[in-house]
Amino acid sequence: MSSPTLPPGLAIQKADERIMTLNVGPQHPGSGHMRIIVQIDGDYIVACDPDPGYVHRGEEKMAEYRNYTLNVPHLERPVIHDSCNILYPYVLAAEELLGLEIPERAKYIRVIASELNRCIYTQYWLAIYGIFLGHSTMFMWPAGDRELLIDLMEKMTGARVTHSYFIPGGIRNDLPANFEDVCLRQVNYFEKRIKEYADVFYNNPILISRTEKTGVLTRENAIKLGTTGSVLRASGVDYDVRKKEPYDVYDELDFETNVMKDGDSYARSRIPWLDMMESCRIIRNALQKMPKSGSVRVKLKPNPKGELGSVYKRIESGRGALGCYIVSDKKVEPYRVKLSVPSFRNLIALPHLLIGEKLGNMPSVYWSLNYWPVEADR
Amino acid sequence: MSVIAPNFKLSEFIKSILDNVFWFLLIFTLIGIPAVMFILFYIEMPVIDGELLTPFLALTWLADPSRSIPILKAFMATDLFRIAAFPGFGFAALLAAGTIFVERKMLAKLQLRVGPFYCGKVEGILQLMGDGLKLISKEIIIPAKADKPLFWAAPVLFVATAAAFVALIPVAPGWVVADLDVGLLAVFAVIGFFPIITILSAWSANSKFPFIGGIRALYQMVSFEIPLILSLLGVVILTGTLNLSEITASQSSFPWIIFLPIGAIVFFITMLAELERIPFDLPEAESEIVAGWLTEFSGMMYGLVQLGTYLKLYSFAALFVVLFLGGWNGPMIWPPFPEEIITEGIELGPVTAQFPGLPVFSQEMLNGTIWFVLKTVGVIFFILLPRGVFPRIRVDMLLDLGWKKLIGLAFVNIFIALGLLYAGILGPGGIL
Repeated sequence: MSSPTLPPGLAIQKADERIMTLNVGPQHPGSGHMRIIVQIDGDYIVACDPDPGYVHRGEEKMAEYRNYTLNVPHLERPVIHDSCNILYPYVLAAEELLGLEIPERAKYIRVIASELNRCIYTQYWLAIYGIFLGHSTMFMWPAGDRELLIDLMEKMTGARVTHSYFIPGGIRNDLPANFEDVCLRQVNYFEKRIKEYADVFYNNPILISRTEKTGVLTRENAIKLGTTGSVLRASGVDYDVRKKEPYDVYDELDFETNVMKDGDSYARSRIPWLDMMESCRIIRNALQKMPKSGSVRVKLKPNPKGELGSVYKRIESGRGALGCYIVSDKKVEPYRVKLSVPSFRNLIALPHLLIGEKLGNMPSVYWSLNYWPVEADR
Repeated sequence: MSVIAPNFKLSEFIKSILDNVFWFLLIFTLIGIPAVMFILFYIEMPVIDGELLTPFLALTWLADPSRSIPILKAFMATDLFRIAAFPGFGFAALLAAGTIFVERKMLAKLQLRVGPFYCGKVEGILQLMGDGLKLISKEIIIPAKADKPLFWAAPVLFVATAAAFVALIPVAPGWVVADLDVGLLAVFAVIGFFPIITILSAWSANSKFPFIGGIRALYQMVSFEIPLILSLLGVVILTGTLNLSEITASQSSFPWIIFLPIGAIVFFITMLAELERIPFDLPEAESEIVAGWLTEFSGMMYGLVQLGTYLKLYSFAALFVVLFLGGWNGPMIWPPFPEEIITEGIELGPVTAQFPGLPVFSQEMLNGTIWFVLKTVGVIFFILLPRGVFPRIRVDMLLDLGWKKLIGLAFVNIFIALGLLYAGILGPGGIL
């Protein structure tokens, strides 16, 4: 019997018990900066307790001591490879509090940057999904093709990963000359490359037999547990914030959401890949419709003060709906900034999916939830 | 003053070297020379061309190196040479080292990377040496609650078993370390050792992840040993012998893979599973159980296990070549000139160039070795290839494959072999 005062992973267990407790993480190649306490009976998982919180950095508290512009560089730190998208709701909310009307061109550039960053994030996620299944080629290919878009973002923003590109009032700087042509060429090549992943990965019979019908999340459970993004769409719910509550110029763009009915690991891993192709389509569409010149930024006063009140804004990030709630009390700094992150919502489904699964399915089910530990801890 | 070693003094350095020289000379004169004289007194020196081999005679080899050929031949006839150098450990270790290099470069090309590049100037050819040096220089950490003697013994036993496997492989006609009449049975016996060593090391580490990995390895090896043995029975039925050299010699006109393709496929798949290679690398599945039964090994203990793994890989590939691809048999391609040229000399106008003592190796042996190496490298290539293409499979799928599908196919293979035998086409007294 385990002592009631200790958490389950730390409690001392008898050696002759049938159940073995495994600490997967935080020092484990199959976990992120987190721990999953797994209890196994032979090869079957009988209990699972995800234990996040190893990389809590107090981003929300830090935001209460900086003004609306200075919050930009540190708020993108939780997900540095999806940095545009995690800033997006904060910037939208801050603009409403500061009463800013941003130019049309800036909106289009934001959408392009956001979609490029979604692809960069998803490639990273896919690389780790590949290595979690023991497929080393699927680790190297996305990690290499990701460089194409990182170079593009570097041309656009000046930084390879932490862009700090979205600021209240628009974007930090205009696109470089000749960007449209380079972007179109890179994105077309990128789309051609990711279609090749189907041959080596998504249509691979071993992969399909390993991930199909494992970790099934039904439509009802997906809604009940409050999952978002690709996890929700893989369970057959057609929900995408870009479609349901369009922000910036998403209502003018032509795209579709990908929905699969199965709700298993395979569907959850396929949806982000299909989303990348949609992203390429959005980028091409936005490049066509974008105003070719004009201002990209509203001039801000030094230390702008927000209006009294609170604003909640949501966007669709690489992992799902990402919300930001800002309360302002007419001061230079926001009174409270709350990030509602998709990673944490998706993690809630993990214990429900893993119980009864085999130990070999743990990495694929865990990572198919599109979870990023640092974002969940904030 | 050097920054790296602030207490370094040149005078002390020279003094320490002189000290070492002094002690070396003292010990050599007091112990070494009497010992050498003692050995020379008791050991019969070989007589070469009617002359007793003395150290002075050895000096004359510097003037005419061809005079050393007889002693070289005498050495090559010994068992020591066979075990340590040519068909045995040295040859296999060389091929294994080449395998590691080819694996890394090939996988890198497949994944659009460069692979090892800097070490050794030419395409990172010395990377393996660097890795080996690193492993040797690392600290060996033993878990506090490990069963220490068993934990120490496991890597050594693993390499020893792999080396025993190497010893059974005939490389060229007459060139095999242990030419047993029950060679194939000995191979099965050696393969049977691997799961025992794996579970010993996993159990003795007294840690959870090695334990799970060891249990998985045990499942995998034991359940795949049955189709492995059954798939080779077809060859035994048709040749009527268990001697690996005789099995190879029986394939002088055609390799058995032509008549027993199902057996070859089953053997290849079970081989991948026995070698714990992707897609069957469950015992080392890093995203599930860290490094499986290798988790607690560090430093050169890990290096030894890796050496054993690649020796095992070479041996299995060589066994596939011997049993299904005809071993050393092949058209004469090396040396590209008839043997008489060496033995009788070449007439160059008025002069006849003589090569006394040559050839060191017979032509058959050279040609056989080349065919053997070519075929083995080809098989190794196909063993390495799935690593870039397939993900890892699951335990239940693995056992399902082993028990349901492969055993059935192995029986089909046996029936084909029996059919060919009773129809009088192949086998003893067959028409082919």
